[in-house]
Amino acid sequence: MSGDKGLQHIKDWHVLVALALLGLAGPLVLPSLITQIAFLWLMVTFAVTWDMLGGRMGYNSFGNIVFFGIGCYAAAVIQRDAGLPYFEGLALGIAAGAVVAVAAAALFGAALLGIRGHYFAIGTLGLSVAAAEIAAGWDYVGAGSGLALPLYPGALGERELFFAYALFGVAACCFLFCRWLYATRFGLALNAIRDDHDKADAMGLRTTPIKIFTWCISAFFLGISGALAANMIGFIDPRDVAFAGATFGVWMVLMAILGGKGTLWGPVLGAFVFHVTQELFWTWLLGWQRVALGLLIVVIVVFFPQGIMGWIAERRARRETA
Amino acid sequence: MLDNLSLLFEFPPVALDVVLNGLLIGAIFALAAYGMALVWGVLNIVNVVQGELVVLGGYITFVAVQWGVPPLAGLPLSSAVMFCVGWLIYKAVIFRVVDRDIFISILATFGLSILIQQLANAVFGSDVRTVDADLGSIYFLDGMVTLSVVKLLAFVLALGAGAALWFFLGKARLGQAIRATAQNPRAARILGIDTDRVFAATYALNAALCGAAGSLAVMAWTIHPYLGLPYTIRSFMVVVVAGVGNVGAVIAAGLGLGALENVAGFVLGVEFQIAFVFALMVVILVWRSIRAARKRSYLE
Repeated sequence: MSGDKGLQHIKDWHVLVALALLGLAGPLVLPSLITQIAFLWLMVTFAVTWDMLGGRMGYNSFGNIVFFGIGCYAAAVIQRDAGLPYFEGLALGIAAGAVVAVAAAALFGAALLGIRGHYFAIGTLGLSVAAAEIAAGWDYVGAGSGLALPLYPGALGERELFFAYALFGVAACCFLFCRWLYATRFGLALNAIRDDHDKADAMGLRTTPIKIFTWCISAFFLGISGALAANMIGFIDPRDVAFAGATFGVWMVLMAILGGKGTLWGPVLGAFVFHVTQELFWTWLLGWQRVALGLLIVVIVVFFPQGIMGWIAERRARRETA
Repeated sequence: MLDNLSLLFEFPPVALDVVLNGLLIGAIFALAAYGMALVWGVLNIVNVVQGELVVLGGYITFVAVQWGVPPLAGLPLSSAVMFCVGWLIYKAVIFRVVDRDIFISILATFGLSILIQQLANAVFGSDVRTVDADLGSIYFLDGMVTLSVVKLLAFVLALGAGAALWFFLGKARLGQAIRATAQNPRAARILGIDTDRVFAATYALNAALCGAAGSLAVMAWTIHPYLGLPYTIRSFMVVVVAGVGNVGAVIAAGLGLGALENVAGFVLGVEFQIAFVFALMVVILVWRSIRAARKRSYLE
C-alpha cells in the first residue's frame, strides 16, 4: 500500500485496536457524546464506500447518496407495512434496505458505469437529485413530508447505545472488508481500471462486471447504514435526510478527498477530521455552515487535492530523495 | 396524469399553449447553454456553477427593480455586473483549475455553486421572487393560448444574443483569439495571444450571458436560491446534445428542451418537472454511452 508509507512507524494494528476501543468503550465512557460517535461511524462508512469507486476505481460519483436514501426508504416502508414487532421489523427493514440498494446499484451500474470521466460525475449528480425529487413527489412514501419510523421500545438512552454499536459494526465490517478486498487481485483490477480503462479492457479484465460488482458492494453497506440511520434519526425527509445531496452526499466526497483518496486509511482519517471539526466549530457559524461548506470544498479541492495521506507520502518521498 | 395527456390531444389549443410557452422558456436555457458551451470549449471545464450565475443575474435585476430601476434596464445591468463577477470568479478560483484534472474543476465549481447558492439564501431568503415587467400578454384562439410579452422578448433576445455571439466569435479580434485558444492554447500563446486574458474574458462573457438569462428568468418566470442546479443541468444537457461548437444547434436543443420540459410538467404534474429534467439528463448520457459502445463494437 504505497500511499501509507509515511506512517510506517505506526503499525496498522495500533490504529485498529485504538478504533476498536473507541467503538466498543466510547459510548459507555462518553455517554454525552454518544450521538456524535454514532454519526462518526456513519461518516466513516460514507467515506470508505465512496472511496471504493472514487479513489480505487477512478469513478467519481456524486450519486452514492442514492443508495443511502434507498436504504432509508426501504426500511421505513417495511417497518410501516409489515406489522411486525420492533426488532423483527428492524431486522427485516435492514435486510430490505441492503437488498433494494444492491438491486438499484446493479441496475444503475449497468446503465451508468459505461459513461466515463466527467459525464459520469454529472450523470450521478443528476441521479441523486432526480431520486430526491421523485421521493418528494411520491405519495406512497410520504411525498414531501417524509416518513416517521416506529419508536424504539427499550429504556431511555438504550436506543442511542444500540444504534451507536450497530453503526460501528457496519463501519468496521465495511473497512475490514475493503482492507481485505484491496489486497486481492480484485483490488488490483480496480486500480487498473482507474489508471487506464482501455488497457485494462485490452488485458482481458472483465471491466463491466467488476465495476458493477464494486458499486453493489458500496451500495450494500450504504443501504444497511441508511436503514440504521433512518431508525436512529427517527424521521426521514426526502431532501434533508435520505437523499441529502447538499450535506451527506457532498461530505462523502469531501471526506475521502480530505483524507487522501485511493489510500486505505485516508477516508477514515478524513471522516474523523471532518466530523470532529464540524462538531467543534459548526455551531459557531450560526446558519452560515453551508456557506462555509462551499468555501471548504473549493479550498480543499484547489489547494489540497492530494489529501492528508497524499501529503504525508509526498513529504516522505521528498525527504528520501533529499 | 393520463387525463392531462388526453387533454393535450383532445384540445389542440391547450397543447399549442403548453408547447409555445415551453419554446419561449427554452430560449432562456439556450442563452445559459451558449455560455456553458463557450467555457467548455475554451477552458475545457464543465462549469457546475453555471446555474448559480443565472440565479444571481436574476437577483441583481430583482434588487435593481426594488431600487426603482425599470425592469428592462435590469437586463443590461445584470449582464454588466455578472461580467465583473465572472472575471472575479476566474481570478479567484477558475484559473487555478484550468489545466488540472477535469474532476478537480467539476468539484471546485460544485463547491462554488454551493457557496453562491447558500450566500443567496442567507442574503435574499428562500422565498420565490419574481419581477413584474408590466408588459402584459397576448391572447389568441379565444384566450386559449396566452403568451406573455416578456417571454416573447426573452425569445427574441436569446436569438439576437446567439447571432451576436456567432458574429463576435467569427469577426471580432477577441472572438478570433478565443477560437484560436480553444483550438490550441500552446500555439495561441506562441503567436502572442495572452491566453490567461482570453480565459478570463471567456469566463466573464459566460457570466454575462448567464446574467442576461437570469434577468429574463426573473421577469418571465421565478427565481429562488435553489434553482441553480436545474439550470446547470439544463445547460449541460443542451451542450451534450448540441456539441460545443455549434450556436445553431444550441438554440435548437435549448428550445426543444424547453418545450419537452413544459409538456412533461403539464402531463406529470409540476412537482415532477425538476425530477424530469434530471432523469432526462441521465437518460441522454446513458443513450450516448450505449451508442458509443455500439460504435466501438462495429470497429472491432
